[in-house]
Amino acid sequence: MLLLILKRIGLGLITLFIVSLITFVGVEVLPGDACTTYLEREAYGAALDACIKRLGLDIPAYERYLGWASNVVRGDFGYSLSGEMPINEVLGPRVKNSLVLASVSILIGIPLAIILGIITALWRDKLPDIVISTITIFSMTIPEFISATLLILIVAIWLGWLPGIVIIPSDATFYELLSNIILPVVAISMIMTAHMARMVRSSVIQVMASDYVQMAILKGVPYWKMVFRHVLPNALLPAINVVALTIAWLLGGVVVTEVVFNYPGLGRLVIESISNRDLPVVQALAIILASIYVGINLIADLMTLMLNPRLKSLQIRK
Amino acid sequence: MKSNLITEDKQKSKLEKAFEILKTMASKPSGLIGLTIVLFHVVLALISPYIAPYDYKAISPNTMLLAPSVEHWFGTDSLGRDVFTRTILGGRTALTVTFFGSLIALLWGGLLGIFCGLVGGKIDDVVMRVVDAFLSIPWILAMLLIVSLLGTSTEVLIPALGFFYGKGIVRVARAATHDVIAKDFIVSAKARGHSNMSIIWNEIIPNVRDAILVEGAMRWSWMLLGFSSLSFLGFGVSPPTPDWGLMISNARGLMSFAYWSVIAPIVGLSSLIIGINLTADAFAKALGIDRSTKAPV
Repeated sequence: MLLLILKRIGLGLITLFIVSLITFVGVEVLPGDACTTYLEREAYGAALDACIKRLGLDIPAYERYLGWASNVVRGDFGYSLSGEMPINEVLGPRVKNSLVLASVSILIGIPLAIILGIITALWRDKLPDIVISTITIFSMTIPEFISATLLILIVAIWLGWLPGIVIIPSDATFYELLSNIILPVVAISMIMTAHMARMVRSSVIQVMASDYVQMAILKGVPYWKMVFRHVLPNALLPAINVVALTIAWLLGGVVVTEVVFNYPGLGRLVIESISNRDLPVVQALAIILASIYVGINLIADLMTLMLNPRLKSLQIRK
Repeated sequence: MKSNLITEDKQKSKLEKAFEILKTMASKPSGLIGLTIVLFHVVLALISPYIAPYDYKAISPNTMLLAPSVEHWFGTDSLGRDVFTRTILGGRTALTVTFFGSLIALLWGGLLGIFCGLVGGKIDDVVMRVVDAFLSIPWILAMLLIVSLLGTSTEVLIPALGFFYGKGIVRVARAATHDVIAKDFIVSAKARGHSNMSIIWNEIIPNVRDAILVEGAMRWSWMLLGFSSLSFLGFGVSPPTPDWGLMISNARGLMSFAYWSVIAPIVGLSSLIIGINLTADAFAKALGIDRSTKAPV
């Protein structure tokens, strides 16, 4: 078991290593280095020399990679070109804001998804299922920027209930954030809930058709006891992995949502750093976002392992 | 003569099979709706340059932000351009870019996946690690980086989208190949002394084709989503190209009073994405492939 966990962690680390190589090589191979891209037309003379010195572009690429990687491992991402300050200082408040947004969305989204998934599965092809499933399919397929724009148009402009865009500095306090994040949270959790509810639905339907549930029905186990004791634990387990993948996949969508609502999180930093051609920040963001992705998957893997005794013994026998 | 007959027979049955799949897809309301929407968009995209009532890039200060009327069905935008014209031409942009992008994704993803499934061992391990690593970089970051360094022409966008949406197909193609490769007919084909190429072409591809095509259809709708998000963020096709994402992002600031110029592209893009999704689902069901428990990676 311990060996298995270590193996999974090892694989995650290898993936991150390859990600760091890809981003590094990608930036190397694509035309223009960090300094010429950033300075654009002013890339000559003293300014260029100073920039090259500061980023250490005058030393060979592999040495630079090793230096950069060892700094990253120690938690130092280097120097932001456009902000003229250490990347860690740029990242700090952004990470906090994104965390607030993501965790509120997840806290609302996961329970809601489980409830909706169960309802649609138990009343399969009946009215509740048809209504909820239609809504989930709609919110799943429509791009984030469209649902966010429509939310602003309807709730903020036509009804005038909430502010349409977030106008707070990136270092706002937690309470200032909360009043501003209602619409972004609705936009993100709508899509997330839809994806997960579909997953829970098909998983519950599969378990309901299994032999042991049929057996429980035949034995005369009360319906709701059967649902909670026999169906749900078995149905939610395989959903964990998929839910993790979904959350990780939505990282891309969060970028768009943050831009639409002008929310000062990591997502908007992605766009800002790319617009400013601030390659050191882009590299840092790639590593951070990839680590979140790998981390979420790792946690999901381990949770499934812990919660499923069968899988555990199977893996050990192997 | 005889061999000729056989090939004719084979081709006819292929067409019939395709027709049958279409019939199964259309037999359910969701599939029928999806097919109708996609067909509508494709036909509109093909004829839009001939039926567009105005020039899509004609800027006119006299017709700025007009409400929908008989002359301008969907009103005009902030530069006085006809929204109806730009909306129907926007479908053409979206379909062209994502169609060729999906084709590239299917080709390289499918071939690499089959190759990995076949050779297995060390090469397979290394390739899959790299694919996994690519998967863990958020698509939007990678796409933005490529586009911002190489430029936003369609010649860059199509291969870039094709590349990034193909990596998921690698996994599906590899898994499907794994399922097929241990079957008896492969073993007997090997025993008959068929070459590797012949085995891939005649035995493996026909058996993994369905899974790859279904995945490709799903990727198509995600690519459309990704492409329009890029345009929305200002990293897709460049103005004045008529494009839905671009139109939405331009009209968004003025939507408190000129909501028509944002509603038209929203309806266009949403309906096309929903149509493709319904079609892909019906396609998967008609081929007997269950995608319901897969994550959108």
